[in-house]
Amino acid sequence: MSPETLEEFQQGVRSWIDENLPADLRVGNRKDLPGDSLGKWIKAVASKGWVTPQWPTEYGGGGLDRKQAAILMKELKAVRAPIISSFGTSMLGPTLLELGTDEQKQEFLPAISRHEVKWCQGYSEPGAGSDLASLQTRAVKEGDEYVITGQKIWTTGADKADWIFCLVRTDPDAPKHEGITFILFPMHQDGVEVSPLTLIDGSAEFSQVFFNGARAKANHVVGPVNGGWTVAKRLLQHERTTDGGSEGGITGALKENLTDIVKREIGLKDGILADPTLRQRLAAQELEARALSLTMRRAGEELRSGQVGRDIGSLGKYRWANMVKNEQDLAMAAMGAQGLGWSGPGFEDTQLERTRAWLTTRADSIWGGTNEVQMNVIAKRVLKMPE
Amino acid sequence: MGLILTEDQVILREMAKSFFEEKSPVERMRKLRDSRDETGFSRALWKEMGELGWLGILFPEAVGGAEMGYGELGVVLSEAGRLLAPEPFISTVLLGGNAILLGGTEPLQKELLPDLCTGDRLVSLAFQEQGRFAPYSVQTSAIREGDSYRIRGNKIFVLDGHVSNQIVTLARTAGSTDQREGLSLFVVDADSPGITIERAEMLDGRNAASISFEDVAVDASRVLGEPDHAADILDAVLDRATVGLSAEMLGSFEEAFERTLEYLNTREQFGVKIGTFQGLRHRAADMFGELEFARSIVRDAQNAIDEGRDDIAECASGAKARCSDVAQLIGGEAIQMHGGIGMTDEEEIGLFFKRLKAAEITLGDAIYHRDRFASLRGY
Repeated sequence: MSPETLEEFQQGVRSWIDENLPADLRVGNRKDLPGDSLGKWIKAVASKGWVTPQWPTEYGGGGLDRKQAAILMKELKAVRAPIISSFGTSMLGPTLLELGTDEQKQEFLPAISRHEVKWCQGYSEPGAGSDLASLQTRAVKEGDEYVITGQKIWTTGADKADWIFCLVRTDPDAPKHEGITFILFPMHQDGVEVSPLTLIDGSAEFSQVFFNGARAKANHVVGPVNGGWTVAKRLLQHERTTDGGSEGGITGALKENLTDIVKREIGLKDGILADPTLRQRLAAQELEARALSLTMRRAGEELRSGQVGRDIGSLGKYRWANMVKNEQDLAMAAMGAQGLGWSGPGFEDTQLERTRAWLTTRADSIWGGTNEVQMNVIAKRVLKMPE
Repeated sequence: MGLILTEDQVILREMAKSFFEEKSPVERMRKLRDSRDETGFSRALWKEMGELGWLGILFPEAVGGAEMGYGELGVVLSEAGRLLAPEPFISTVLLGGNAILLGGTEPLQKELLPDLCTGDRLVSLAFQEQGRFAPYSVQTSAIREGDSYRIRGNKIFVLDGHVSNQIVTLARTAGSTDQREGLSLFVVDADSPGITIERAEMLDGRNAASISFEDVAVDASRVLGEPDHAADILDAVLDRATVGLSAEMLGSFEEAFERTLEYLNTREQFGVKIGTFQGLRHRAADMFGELEFARSIVRDAQNAIDEGRDDIAECASGAKARCSDVAQLIGGEAIQMHGGIGMTDEEEIGLFFKRLKAAEITLGDAIYHRDRFASLRGY
C-alpha cells in the first residue's frame, strides 16, 4: 500500500470531523461550551491522538508530521471546533519529550494526551517576578523524596490543577542560576494550599500556592538536580511559540474595532468625530497599530532575507503591550461614565466587558517581561549600551 | 513590494552614502549658511546628482528621467538627510517637478522636465499663504483675460523660490478663500514682469521666498490640468512630496539618534558612562522604537505610490504624522542628552535639531496630518 498523500489525509480529517463534531461545539473556544458534548469530543480527539498530534503514538500522540498537523489544525479551525490545549500539551509535554527520562515520559505524557491530568506552572514568587532566578522556594532531599517549603504566586489554574511543574532551590549556597531544580509533584496532598487571587478585573484565574512540607519523588526531577534553570528557559521557549492558545492566553485586542466603538459612543457631526482631541488620539492609535504590524512584517522579511540591521523584532512585545493598553484607554475615554460600570442595570453588556478588558490589559505590560525589562534588553542587546 | 530594500536599492544606498559622505559633510551645510551663500546650496553638486540620474528618478525616460519610484528616491533622500544636504530635492523635484509631471501637457513636460533632470532648471511651487498649513486657503487670484490670466496676490514659504526659474503658482480662479474647488495651477516664469521675490532665511539654514504677484500675465497654455480643478493635482503632488520629505526626515533623525547614542556611550559623568543610567537607556530604547516604526510606515507609503494603491493619501498623511512626531522626539532628546554642549552652535547636533523642526512644519505637522488621516478614514 502506498503511503497516504496529504490530500487523502485532509479528506480523512474532514470526514472524521464531520462524524464526530456536534453542531453545538462549532462555535470556537468559548467558556460556556456544553459539558457533555465537550467531554465526548475530547475523548474522540484523544482516541486519535490528536490532542497532541505531533507527539509519538507510544505516548498517546497522533504521530503526525508537521504538514499533517498543520492540515489538522486548519481543518479544525475552519469549522470553529474547540481547540484542546493545556499547560501540559503546550509547555510541560514538549519539555519532557526533549529533556525527560523514558520513565517520566511513560508516566506523564499519555495522561496529558488524553487531557485527563491538569498541570499548573510554579515559577513566579512574591520576591521573584522579573528577577525569576532569585526564587526562594526550598526543596530538601529526604531519602528518595524532596520536601518543599515556600510560596508561588501568579499560578494560573492552581485551584483546578492535579500536578505542578515547579522551580525550587536545591542549593542555597550556589550562584542563583545554579541552585535551581525543575521538579514535578501532585497538588492534592497535605502541605499544598491554594489560595485564589482576585485581580483588579474581578477574575480569579491566578492563585497563590503555599508549600509547607509538600513531597515530591526524587525521580520526578526533570533534567539534572541544580540544572533546572536550563529546563525552565527551554519550557518558556515553548510558551512563546504557543501563540496564545494556552490557558494563560494573550489578553488584549478589543472584540469590536476601536474606531467603530469611538464613532458610536461619541457620534459624528458632519462626518467628523464630535470630539476633536479624541479624534486626534484615535488617528494616532490607528497609526500606531499600523506601524506595529508593518514593523513586525518587516522583521520577518529581514530575517528571511538576511538583511539584518538592529533587531526590530525585539520591539514587538513592549510596543504591542502599549498599543493594546492605549486602545483600551481610548475605548474607556469614549465611554466616559458608561465605562465605570461594574455590574447590573444601567450598562450595556459590551460596556461592562470593555471595562473589565481595560482592567485585564493592565497586565500586558507586566507579564512575559515587563515593559521596563523589555527596554533594558533593547538598550543592552540591541543598542549595545554600556553597563 | 516588500518593506525591506531590494538588492538594487541597497546598491543605490551605498552609492548615495559614499557620495554624500565624500562631497557633503555637515560642515558644508554650515559653511553655506555662515557665508550667506546667495544660492544656499551647491549648483555644481546638484548637477552632479543630475548626472548620476538621481534628479530624474521619478520622471519618464522620454524627458530624460530614470522612471523609477519613490522607493529609489527615498533611498537617496534619506542619505541626503543624514548629512543635511540642502540641495533642492523637495522644491524642484518633489513639488515643482511633480506638479509639471502630474498636471502638465506633453509640450510643457518636454519643455521643462529635461533640464530639470540634469539640474539646469530649478522649479518651485508657490501655494502657501499663511503660516499654519492650509493648502486650499488661497486668496491669490487669477483672472482670465483673452488667452492669458493675470495673477495677483502674495505667497510665502516658497521653498528655494529665490533661485527658481519657474514658480508653479496656485491661484484662485473661482470660489471663496477656503474652498477646495476653484483653484488653478500656473507655470510662471520667475522673471515675469510684476513678480517680486524676496529671499527669507530659515532657522535650518535653508531658504524660502516670499513672492508677490502684481498683475502677472501668464498664457493659458501654462495652466496645469483643468482650470478650477487644480486641487486634484495639488493633493497628489503634496502627497508625493510629503512621502519624499518623510524619507529625508528618516535619514536626519536616524543620524541624530546614532550620534546621540554614541554620545551616551562615551560621555562620562560621576565616573561612569552616562549610557549606563536607566533613565537614559529607556529613553534611548523608546527613540529606537519610534525610529523603526517610522521607517516601516514610510516604506509602506512609498510602496503605496509605487504600486499605485488607492490609499496613497492616507499613507502619506500617516507617514508625515509619524515622522513629524519622531522628529520632535528625537530632535528634542538629542539636544537634551547632549546637555550644555548640545546648546552650542559649534556642536552639529543642533543643526539636526533645527532641520528636523523645519521639516516637521513643512508640508504640515503631525496635528494637521492626523486630522487629514482621520477625515480620510471616515471620522
